[in-house]
Amino acid sequence: MTVRIRLPAPLRTLAQVNGDIHVDLGPEPTISELFEALEASYPMLRGTIRDGTTLQRRPFVRFFACEEDFSHLPPDTALPLEVTRGEEAFVVLGAIAGGS
Amino acid sequence: MGGVRVLVGTRKGAFILNSDGRREKWSIDGPYFGGWEIYHLNASPVDPKRIYASQSNAWFGQIIQRSNDGGATWTPVGNEFNYASGTGTHQWYDGTARPWEFSRIWHLEPGLDNPDHVWAGAQDAALFFSGDGATSWEEVSGLRNHVTGSEWQPGAGGLCLHTIQLDPSREGRILVAISAAGVFRSDDNGTTWKPKNQGLSSEYIPDPDAEIGHCVHRIAQHPLAPEVLFMQKHWDVMRSDDAGDSWYEISGNLPSDFGFVVDVHAHDPETIYVVPIKSDAEHYPPEGRLRVYRSRTGGGEWEALTAGLPQQDYYHNVLREAMAVDDLDPCGIYFGTTGGQVYASSNEGDSWIEIAENLPAVLSVEVQSL
Repeated sequence: MTVRIRLPAPLRTLAQVNGDIHVDLGPEPTISELFEALEASYPMLRGTIRDGTTLQRRPFVRFFACEEDFSHLPPDTALPLEVTRGEEAFVVLGAIAGGS
Repeated sequence: MGGVRVLVGTRKGAFILNSDGRREKWSIDGPYFGGWEIYHLNASPVDPKRIYASQSNAWFGQIIQRSNDGGATWTPVGNEFNYASGTGTHQWYDGTARPWEFSRIWHLEPGLDNPDHVWAGAQDAALFFSGDGATSWEEVSGLRNHVTGSEWQPGAGGLCLHTIQLDPSREGRILVAISAAGVFRSDDNGTTWKPKNQGLSSEYIPDPDAEIGHCVHRIAQHPLAPEVLFMQKHWDVMRSDDAGDSWYEISGNLPSDFGFVVDVHAHDPETIYVVPIKSDAEHYPPEGRLRVYRSRTGGGEWEALTAGLPQQDYYHNVLREAMAVDDLDPCGIYFGTTGGQVYASSNEGDSWIEIAENLPAVLSVEVQSL
């Protein structure tokens, strides 16, 4: 199945893509498998969403899908059906902050 | 007459400024990596088309970019900076032990004779080396394994390794500076290290003359006289004539000896430049006057250089990486400010022009004479 991933602008620039990214996954895919496929296709994203060594979500990155927050769920959590069907994107975004 | 390329790292991207050898008219290309903090860009001394850039932000971490065409195009390369295991902790601001944790690369120093060799200075303070054009990195762990490593504490900007000096006259000699641990030198290509802080005195640590704990802001070295080093410390401008074995103060008649940058004239190892800043609490020039100070005597006696620089109501800073010199004749001097200006002098500092006016806050400036 093909799923859509929506990246924040800084990572779209880094990956040199304009819109959503499509990756192919096996049946009953998990959050972890989604990122493994993403980083295999776009190796420049390694370390930017998940720590390159521990594979833990970086602290200021959030995962949303189907109006739900997946940020704090275990990596082996299954992706929602709407995402696996391609109806909804899996959204990666930077946590809101005023910054400098 | 060759050209000049100025590599500018800012809070929100990188910019490349170009001019011909007259250095009067400038073009600005960029931003590259817009929105990201670019702590440093630096070019190989043996292949001017090879440039490395440190790109990072708090959200998405560290990226290293490499250009093989003088900055026209860039490729993300290796960004795995793994600390060698078993190295314990350093001290946190409150004196508690804290595990070493990577946050960013402050400084990139390409090798003197191979464009694929590059050293990187990290926060938390560590030295990394790549022998394959920044594709992969390995920690030079002897530095952090020094017996004092567990006592190193961060300065306000973090526990950062920001200065890497490779000695062109003595293979295997590397000198680094860490805020706020001080100066360390290796004479065996990074295997073993010794603190090199004798002569430094810092009132902000319990023992002002301690072996470590000094907040060194920047060290400059001239390739023709690599034994001579110039340091801008948190307070005090210092000099060493023996590659860091001992230091003595050369602040002389400066209006303030606090500051961040120091650099050396390309053709005269005894001519040096600093930008005095009012104090550690007031990070702007004394009296609101942006002045570069030049010593033609290797320190001690300083003259203010003001022509072309704002002399009233100026309240920006010049950060530690934000000064560089070209090696044309006469020597060109360049610096960037946290107000987003880049100033250039094509006559050794006698007069200045603003070559960029409204960039994001400038973090670093390097210059290539092409």
